[in-house]
Amino acid sequence: MKLSDNLKEVWKHRLLIRTLVSRELKARYRGTVLGFFWSFFNPLLLMIVYTVVFGFVIPARDKSIGEPLQYAVFLFCGLLPWTWFSSSSNDSANVLMVNGNLIKKIMFPAEVLPIVSVTANFVHFLFGLPILFIFLIIFGRPLTLFLLLVPLVMLVQYVFSLGFSLLLSALTVHFRDIKDILGNLLTFWFFATPIIYNFYNPDLNPLLKKVLAFNPMTHIFIAYQDCFFWGRLFHWKRLGITFLAALVLFWIGYSVFNRLRDSFPEEV
Amino acid sequence: MPAIELDHVSRVYQKYSARHRFQTFKSAIVKGDLFKSLKADELVEAVSDVTFAVEKGQTFGLIGENGSGKSTILKMVAGIAKPSSGRISVQGKVSALIELGAGFHPEISGRENVYINGIMLGLSKKEITRKFDEIVRFAELEEFIEAPVKTYSSGMYMRLGFSIAINVNPEVLLIDEVLAVGDAAFVPKCLDRIDDFRRRKKTILFVSHDLSTVAKICNKVAWMKNGRVQMMGDPKRVVDAYMQDVTEEQEAEFLERKEEATAAAALESEAAPASPPAETIPAAVTTSASAAADAAAAAPVPAEPAPAETAASDDARREQRWGKREVEIRSVTLRNGRGEEKHVFHPGESLLIDLDLSAREPVKDFVFGIGVFNSMGIMCYGTNTYIEEYEPVALSGEGRVVCRIEELPLINGTYYLDVAVHKRDGYPYDYHRNMYSFLVSSMIRDEGVARLPHSWEFSPGIKVQVPEKDGTPEK
Repeated sequence: MKLSDNLKEVWKHRLLIRTLVSRELKARYRGTVLGFFWSFFNPLLLMIVYTVVFGFVIPARDKSIGEPLQYAVFLFCGLLPWTWFSSSSNDSANVLMVNGNLIKKIMFPAEVLPIVSVTANFVHFLFGLPILFIFLIIFGRPLTLFLLLVPLVMLVQYVFSLGFSLLLSALTVHFRDIKDILGNLLTFWFFATPIIYNFYNPDLNPLLKKVLAFNPMTHIFIAYQDCFFWGRLFHWKRLGITFLAALVLFWIGYSVFNRLRDSFPEEV
Repeated sequence: MPAIELDHVSRVYQKYSARHRFQTFKSAIVKGDLFKSLKADELVEAVSDVTFAVEKGQTFGLIGENGSGKSTILKMVAGIAKPSSGRISVQGKVSALIELGAGFHPEISGRENVYINGIMLGLSKKEITRKFDEIVRFAELEEFIEAPVKTYSSGMYMRLGFSIAINVNPEVLLIDEVLAVGDAAFVPKCLDRIDDFRRRKKTILFVSHDLSTVAKICNKVAWMKNGRVQMMGDPKRVVDAYMQDVTEEQEAEFLERKEEATAAAALESEAAPASPPAETIPAAVTTSASAAADAAAAAPVPAEPAPAETAASDDARREQRWGKREVEIRSVTLRNGRGEEKHVFHPGESLLIDLDLSAREPVKDFVFGIGVFNSMGIMCYGTNTYIEEYEPVALSGEGRVVCRIEELPLINGTYYLDVAVHKRDGYPYDYHRNMYSFLVSSMIRDEGVARLPHSWEFSPGIKVQVPEKDGTPEK
C-alpha cells in the first residue's frame, strides 16, 4: 500500500480522530480534581524545580539568559513542547495494546491510534500556551510578529513526533521492553536538547555544539525559543532541514507500521 | 448486482511462535537479528480461495467448525481484515455485529460513547443526534445514559452496543454469534430486529453455530471447512451435509477417546483390581430390590472405594465388570438400523445392541438386561428380558442376542450403557457397568432425560407459524 493511500484513508477517518482526541481529553480530565489544569501542571512543576536548582542552588554558569526568573521563562518555552513530545511518545508506545479490542473488532486503520496520541497531547500543549504568554508578558519578554511563525515549528514537531510514534507503537507490539527503554532514551534526549541550557551561549563547547546540531530536536527547540523568548526569526534553513528529517522519519515510521500492520490483531 | 461478492479470496495470517512473546528489543539488537525476529515463524492460511456472492436482500449463512474461517470472512467483508489475495466488493453501508460495544471508553458517559461508537461505525454526528433517542430507548438505558459506562452491567453494555450497531441502519448486516451472550429478555428483541431487516430486504451475512436458526432464516448457506467452501446452496441440504460430517468426526473422536480411556483403565486395573461398588447395582437390570441386595451380597464388596479408584477419572470409576462369567458377554457392538457399527446416533435412528455370548456350561436360568444412563448418571431407560416376560429355557455354547431400539428419543449428549446377563434372582453371570457409551447428536435444544413424543395443538384464535421441518436428518 502506498503512503498516499494511507494518508487518504486517514483523512477519511478525520471525524473519528477528532472524536477520539476529544474522548481522550475528556477521559483524562474526568474524575480529576485539578481537571484541565493538568495540561500545564507537569511543565510548570519541572520549571519550578529547574529554576530553583539552576537559579538558586547551583548558580548557573550560563550568563547568556540573565536572572533566575528570566531563566524560568526560558525553561518554560522548552519544557512545554518537550512535554508534548515525551507524553505522546510514551502514550504511543502503549496505544496499540491498550486499544487492542478496537484493532481486532472494529474497522479503522490502526495508525489512527498513534495519531490520536500525538494529537491529544498537542491539544494539551496548546492549552498550556496561554500560561506561557502570561509569563512572557509579566517578565517583559518582547512579543513580536515572529510569534506568528510558531505554527510552522509546531508542524515540524508534529510530523517528527508522528513518525517517531508510528515507529514506537508498531515495534512495541513485538518488543514489549521498548516501553522501558523509551523512558531512558527520553531522559537522555531531554538533556541532549537545548531546553535547560542555551544553545547560543558563547561559552558552549564548539565541538559539543556540532554534536548537538545532529539532534533534530535541537533545531525545533531553538526555533521555539527564538520565537517565544528572544522574539527573533529562527534559523529557517536549519529548521527546513529538520523538517526534511522529520518527513524521512515519518516515512520510515509509516513503512515499519505498514510492514507490521497485519501482525497487530494477533499480537496485541 | 450482488450485495457482497468474494472472488477467489484468500487470507494468510502470520503466526508467531510462543517464544516470540518473550523477545526483547534489547536482545534483538544485541544479537543483531532485529529484522529476523520481526518475521513470522509460519504462515497460516485461514481462508483459501473462497468465491461466493450474496444477492441483495438475501440472508446468507456461514456454518462450519471453529477455526474454519467463517469469522475471518466476516472480518474481511467488514473491512477489519484485508484479503491476502482475491477481491471483495460490498455494495452499501455495512454494519458488523461482531463485538458489541468494543469501542466504549469506561470513564465517559453512555451518551458520549454512543457518539464515539456511532462515528466508529461510520455515522455522521448529525445522524447520531437524529437517532440518539431511538438508540437509548431500544437499549432501555434512558435513566443511565449520563452515567459513565464503567458503572454499567455487562448486559447494559451489550444492549447499548447492539442498539448502536443496529441503528446504523446498514444495507448489509454482518452477524457473528453475538446473540449468544445476551440476556434472556433482550435476545428476542434483537432477533425481532434482525427479522425486521430481512423483511425490509436488507442483506444479511450470518455466522452461527445454531444450525436450526441458520436453516430457518437463511436463503442460502455455505459450509466452511479448513478455510474452504465445502458446500454451498440450499440451507437444509447444506446443514444436513454438515451434520453428517460432524457426526463422522465425532465418531472418530469418540473412538480415539475410548482407546485412551481403555488404555488408562488397563493401567489402572494393574494398579488395583476393580471391584463393583455396592451402591451402583441398577434395579431395572436386576429384577427387584431384594434381588439387587442379593447380587450385592454375592459380589465381593469393599466398604469404601479403593484409593486408586477415587484418584481415577470419572469415566474410569464408573466402568466396572463383575460376575463369575458362567455366561460371558464376549463383546458388545453398537450398530445403526442398517447394521453399520456406530457410536454417534441421531434421535430418529435405530440402535442395535449386539451381544456376543459364550456359555461355559449350559444354564437354564438367564436374563439379559440393558440400561442407558446419561452423563449425569441418571438412568434414562432400563429393561430386561425377565421384566418383559421372556421365559428362559436353555442356553449353551455360543450365541448372539440383539436388543433393537427402534428410535432414540433422547436429548443431545453422551450416554453410557449397561449390559448384563444374570439369573432371575439377580445373581450376575457377567455384568458390564457403563463400559460402553454412545453419543446422541441432536439439533433440537430441548431438555430433560428423554424426549417424550408429542405434538402441539392450538385453537383457531391462537396464531402460530408452524416451523418447517428443520434440518435434523431424521431418517
